[in-house]
Amino acid sequence: MYYNEMFDGEQVREAYASLSDWVDHMPADFRQMKQAEAEALFRRIGITFAVYGEGGDPDRLIPFDMMPRVFTQNEWRRLERGIKQRAKALNAFLRDVYSRGEIVRAGRIPARLVYQNEAYEKAVVGFVPPRGVYSHIIGIDLVRTGRDDFFVLEDNCRTPSGVSYMLENREIMMRMFPELFRGNRIEPVDGYPELLRRTLESVAPKKCEGKPRVVILTPGHFNSAYYEHSFLANLMGIELVEGADLFVDGEFVFMRTTEGPKKVDVIYRRIDDAFIDPLTFRRDSMLGIPGLMDVYRSGGVSICSAPGAGVADDKAIYTFVPEMVRFYLGEEPILKNVDTWTLWKDEDYKYVMDNLPDLVVKEVHGSGGYGMLVGPRSTKEEIEKFRKLIEKNPNNYIAQPTLSLSTCPTFVEEGIAPRHVDLRPFCLCGERIELVPGGLTRVALKEGSLVVNSSQGGGVKDTWVLSE
Amino acid sequence: MLSRTASNLFWLGRHMERAETASRLFEVGARITLLPNTAEGYQNEWQSLLRASAASDLYHRSYDELSEENMERFMIFDRNNPSSVASCMYNARESGRIVRTALTSRVWDALNVAWQEMRGMDPGQEDAADLADMVARHASTVHGAIDGTQLRNDGFHFMKLGYALERADSTARVLDVKYFVLLPRVEFVGSGLDNYQWQVILRALSAHRSFHWAYGDDVSASRVAHFLILNGEAPRSLITSVNEALWHLDCLLRRYGEEVPHSARDRAQALADRFAALDIDEIFDEGLHEFLTDFIIEIGRIATCVQNDFFHGRG
Repeated sequence: MYYNEMFDGEQVREAYASLSDWVDHMPADFRQMKQAEAEALFRRIGITFAVYGEGGDPDRLIPFDMMPRVFTQNEWRRLERGIKQRAKALNAFLRDVYSRGEIVRAGRIPARLVYQNEAYEKAVVGFVPPRGVYSHIIGIDLVRTGRDDFFVLEDNCRTPSGVSYMLENREIMMRMFPELFRGNRIEPVDGYPELLRRTLESVAPKKCEGKPRVVILTPGHFNSAYYEHSFLANLMGIELVEGADLFVDGEFVFMRTTEGPKKVDVIYRRIDDAFIDPLTFRRDSMLGIPGLMDVYRSGGVSICSAPGAGVADDKAIYTFVPEMVRFYLGEEPILKNVDTWTLWKDEDYKYVMDNLPDLVVKEVHGSGGYGMLVGPRSTKEEIEKFRKLIEKNPNNYIAQPTLSLSTCPTFVEEGIAPRHVDLRPFCLCGERIELVPGGLTRVALKEGSLVVNSSQGGGVKDTWVLSE
Repeated sequence: MLSRTASNLFWLGRHMERAETASRLFEVGARITLLPNTAEGYQNEWQSLLRASAASDLYHRSYDELSEENMERFMIFDRNNPSSVASCMYNARESGRIVRTALTSRVWDALNVAWQEMRGMDPGQEDAADLADMVARHASTVHGAIDGTQLRNDGFHFMKLGYALERADSTARVLDVKYFVLLPRVEFVGSGLDNYQWQVILRALSAHRSFHWAYGDDVSASRVAHFLILNGEAPRSLITSVNEALWHLDCLLRRYGEEVPHSARDRAQALADRFAALDIDEIFDEGLHEFLTDFIIEIGRIATCVQNDFFHGRG
């Protein structure tokens, strides 16, 4: 009943032919040996997912599955067009709602959802960032339910993470199984850091002269994505800074160095809006840089993603993205949304409450697989508990049908078995909109589970795009 | 280089060296107690060791009795003691983790492995000599990885500067232990016991053989002191440590130019000049303990200057 990515009926699909062969001829002990080797490599290079405050090993490894997920060139081209289209529309939407708000005036999106949105940032109304780009790195989560059926599950316009896994998974696969790469023509993903650096440099502020100095701003080494932050800084050859390393002096932002202050032009921030400037946002934040927003608004520094970009990616706005594509680009959306019921509409509310056991309900602002109800996999008590939560605050929830996520063959204890997967490609928006052929495939390692988040025990796979 | 990065690299060096010092001090203590000396028994050595490492108060807050077992816990495993081997290795690894982008994978690997092994050990599992060997082995691996793989850029000089200043401090403290041990019974000076203790100090600094190569057979107070203070060939001597610190500060100055503050370099230069003119009799006339105390304070001042010159970023 689930679409298995490896098969077309009984037939192994052409794209998976050599992998199928590889698995068939693999001795069981070889697989275990390689699995251990992969783990040692991950541990050694220090790619861990730090989970603080939850007990257990603070340097937990995300399970890595050695069986890749494969896309043909044709499949990928379509996804790529769809993702770029969506990224363009999302940025157009952001530019619009921080200026004239045409889409709201035209009655295509309810004003309340935009202007009362927690992520809507009044502090940047009227300011247009360089090249009109608000969200520079967009992680779009996709699922597949059939041969030609891809759905967007979520847009991440703020600080999507996971790209380091995309790169490291490939690195480790190439190191352990070079023969697979000789036998298949797999498009490389290692151009990503270079592309990211060019993207960031291309949105340098007006006042920047000469080559822009780009930095990554991290909340620090206790953050779960700290590894990714340092990894990207390393590959781009730029500084990884914390709030306390930066300060505002006059019209510019500087970083503290051993040779004195150095001007910073572009900040790729991996901390939330609320924390970047205690003078504008949360006063108790120790992570940010006092006065940063003034410099930003006067064109002294670029912040990626732009403060306020979050208004485009919450689950309430999500339902309107196809509308944005039509409104701003005059095109039909290439990628479909998942049918979504919004509980603040009476007819939707009624339907959802009547059908809770069949639906997936999510908090509008929730993430990481928290705050959601997976109807078909929940007990009566859990469903009733959730029903009460919804009654209290229907505005806070959306519901979707339980999707028949595709499965991909995955190495498990007993051998190889289908497990559900999703995909997060990373789209870069600067002077141009680009993405590398690939993304992060997340896999639910528990049999039958549909939750692929790493914080919920999901694993990762290498993602291949085959060239013609 | 980011000031915070420089600071972490500097402390990475200091903490690795400090881990080694803690284990050396513990080994000195354990060896000295192998021979009876004073009528009061063996307590005195541990006490002197705590005094030399300025950790007496901290110790007595958590432990009642002065015993080898407790001392091992305190100096090797106790994470409440900021100078214990475990604390220092943890801190060195944390500094390393924060500045991963400035380290080669070999250095990171060595730091990580050192911490993982330390974390997996329990008190009482190894004897003092084996513990010291273990710590020295990991310290050498980290140091070797730094020397063998790091670019000779400012980051390298900050790490090595941390090592050099910490080493200066540490040798002075190990020497001071000897002073405290001797303090209660002046008549021991020059006795067989006295010489035995000097030998222990040499061993603890892995300098036993080199001393004999340099000075022949006779172990005497003034020769050992000369070796550890004024011999520019002895790798852990005060003069060597000061000169190395000065060299790294000079390299930074050449790299950054005169516009960047250089109070640390100037101070280290003054100290090195003073050392060049010293002889061992002068030191004994001044009093070894007084000399060492002054020296430790001066090293602390240089470290503060390093902080002010480089780690604030002057914003």
